[in-house]
Amino acid sequence: MTESPPPVVEMRGISLAFPGVKALQDVDFQLFPGEVHALMGENGAGKSTLIKTLTGVHTPDSGTVLLAGETVAFTSPGDAQQAGISTVYQEVNLCANLTVAENILLGREPRKLGGIDFKAMRTQAAAVLARIGVHIDPASVLESHPIAVQQLVAIARAIAVDCRVLVLDEPTSSLDAGEVAELFRIMRVLRDEGVAILFVSHFLDQVYEIADRMTVLRNGTLVGEHLTKDLDRRALIAAMIGRELGALEAIEDASERRTASGPVLVRAEGLGRKGAIAPFDLDIRAGEVVGLAGLLGSGRTELARLLFGADKATEGKLLVDGAHLHLRGPRSAIAAGIAFCSEDRKGEGLVADLSIRDNLVLAMQAARGWSRPVSRRVKDQLVEKYLAALDIRPANPDALVRTLSGGNQQKVLLARWLVTEPRLLILDEPTRGIDIGAKAQIQQLVTSLAAEGTAVLFISAELEEVVRIADRIVVLRDRHKIAELDGGSSIDEVVGLIAGEHLSEEVAS
Amino acid sequence: MKNRLLWPLLALAALLVLNLVVTPSFFSLRIQDGHLYGGLVDVLKNGAPTLLIALGMTLVIATRGIDLSVGAVAAIAGAVTCVHIGASGDAGTAFAGMAIALVLCALLGLWNGFLVAGLGIQPIIATLVLMTAGRGIAMLVTEGQIITVNNDPFRQVGAGFLILPISILISLAVLGLVALTTRKTALGMLIEAVGVNPEASRLAGVRAKTIIWTVYVFAAVCAGIAGLMISSNVSAADANNAGLWIEMDAILAVVIGGTSLAGGRYSLTGTLLGALIIQTLTTTVYTIGVAPEVTLVFKAVVVIAVCLVQAPKARAALSFRKVATT
Repeated sequence: MTESPPPVVEMRGISLAFPGVKALQDVDFQLFPGEVHALMGENGAGKSTLIKTLTGVHTPDSGTVLLAGETVAFTSPGDAQQAGISTVYQEVNLCANLTVAENILLGREPRKLGGIDFKAMRTQAAAVLARIGVHIDPASVLESHPIAVQQLVAIARAIAVDCRVLVLDEPTSSLDAGEVAELFRIMRVLRDEGVAILFVSHFLDQVYEIADRMTVLRNGTLVGEHLTKDLDRRALIAAMIGRELGALEAIEDASERRTASGPVLVRAEGLGRKGAIAPFDLDIRAGEVVGLAGLLGSGRTELARLLFGADKATEGKLLVDGAHLHLRGPRSAIAAGIAFCSEDRKGEGLVADLSIRDNLVLAMQAARGWSRPVSRRVKDQLVEKYLAALDIRPANPDALVRTLSGGNQQKVLLARWLVTEPRLLILDEPTRGIDIGAKAQIQQLVTSLAAEGTAVLFISAELEEVVRIADRIVVLRDRHKIAELDGGSSIDEVVGLIAGEHLSEEVAS
Repeated sequence: MKNRLLWPLLALAALLVLNLVVTPSFFSLRIQDGHLYGGLVDVLKNGAPTLLIALGMTLVIATRGIDLSVGAVAAIAGAVTCVHIGASGDAGTAFAGMAIALVLCALLGLWNGFLVAGLGIQPIIATLVLMTAGRGIAMLVTEGQIITVNNDPFRQVGAGFLILPISILISLAVLGLVALTTRKTALGMLIEAVGVNPEASRLAGVRAKTIIWTVYVFAAVCAGIAGLMISSNVSAADANNAGLWIEMDAILAVVIGGTSLAGGRYSLTGTLLGALIIQTLTTTVYTIGVAPEVTLVFKAVVVIAVCLVQAPKARAALSFRKVATT
């Protein structure tokens, strides 16, 4: 794709802040007709926010959006669609109980005598489906088709109007290889018709297969825009993950770290769950920090959830202290001394409408059962201890957790588990979305816990962080455990492994 | 917490004042044969079943659930007991009948809990099953007849007096028991945690399912005792009409008392006030002589008013006007 035609979409100097977060800072973005443009970045990089700014869900604080050279200010997704920007989201946003034709033309049904002209509707829908080469009966009910076909219907719906820009937000996350190939065929057809396609995916292979150009975001800022052929995987990953320096010097240097030689505390033998994570072996020793590295969707969280019993394993077994532990749910893991801080603080971690005090003792209380309440005195002691130790603010035990900042919420969640004195602490993205000060405190805490003999499984999307604090790094890719590295490994080694087999080809060539 | 109870308290006071204005004798109490009589006592006596059911409902709602089947369960409890008593007049038969009825109610609660916690069916649908089927079961038990009994020990439950009506004493005892078990142990906190965020609670090791199961059983047992009161008060079991729509009154009582239907924080005192408001309202309708054909409309207007003053938006508008005028 050459740059000869003018861009159909141009975003200049887009900034957008949410309370406490700068979601986008001075981001420029260009999209040309007849290209597939991939928007790349880790979670929280600002991809979704940028898309939502383009499609009128968010209004930028500053900056301009130009569509075909004219400044536009969409106030709703409807406006954007009117102007020719259609979006297909990761989840199929259609009505499963309506027919394919009804879904494609929902809200713009052909009319006849005040009613809907169903015959014309089916004809029109069939024409749209034919355009992208999908051969299904427009009169069939949507839910009678597999998810992949529903996704294609969503695309048909998006292009049924005059569509100049098609935004595909992670359309492939629930598709298998054959279905992805079909999707890509359709994307190419549309591209060749001159439609500009903005594509978001976490699967690098797919991005390299389909995208002509890519824009990389990190922490709400633009890192760069490149032609796909000019940017190899290693460079892309380095750009996405970045190197966050300074402000973290408080953490001891990796070279000072001892190699843990304590007894094996938790051992996974061929543990796996169909569709979530392929069977893996893993030893975690007392007093050791094991880092989990991998891109989003590589199975990091899935692995952690299996160790905690949050999901049931479909194969393999888990041994604690050498004895087989049959995990029937989180309770049995907790009883064995395993604790798990979910990455989804609000959804799976904290109980937002309860106080700091209640949240802090929840796990301990749950383990004791309802009939043996933790006494007020013990509660107050614990709360006082951890409010001070973790520097939780406000230091008011009656404050509702909902009112706390992200960093303080994370500390409350950590404290909940520290109260139970776990032997293995699993931390899934404990530093995501929190400020640098709280981040350094949490990293320091992990190091000191390990020094006291607690085993820690540390998951983070930031490789820098994983490499710095882990004694051993487990690398995951595409839901497989692919390697284990020593703590002294460099980021480059990890990046190389994450980038995958194509790296070796590049090296060889 | 105090602030939350302020509006229900005011609403109750307003209703009582209204009664006082219309019927000055409303507050007069007299003792006759060792029994306390008067308008207020009637409110307590007639409100006892609603209060009891509302208590069970409070805990169910705190877990994000709802139990529509309580009215039908109450009818079953009355039907089973009356059929068991039959023509007998002795205390043993009465107590056996009541025991059988309550065990059956607990089983029905287990069924509701199984549908909600075990199968994950939405509570409103899961309990709708028993709401509909329960009346049918009660009809089967009574064979479609209104069963009348003449058993003095049984009559005490709903119509008896120990200075105060025995029924309200039972309801208050259950209130005290629930308050103690939930607030002096960790049960209340765990129920609230499950109501606010079931998944987070599960991952923190809380037996979320067991807790949900338990509150449905408790609600059904409460409904059973209420059913005994209703049936005992008239010495008869009416499968069609006993406890009819009482689930709605109970839900209203809970909501008026300040417990959110979205689950989480609950207030037993609030529920007590809510139940008293509902019952006072019903009594008021009779005492001030509202025409029977507009009774329901009148009730609805008052309920809307009470809910409005509790709604954050309406309250904000109200306080804004206050600020503006002063």
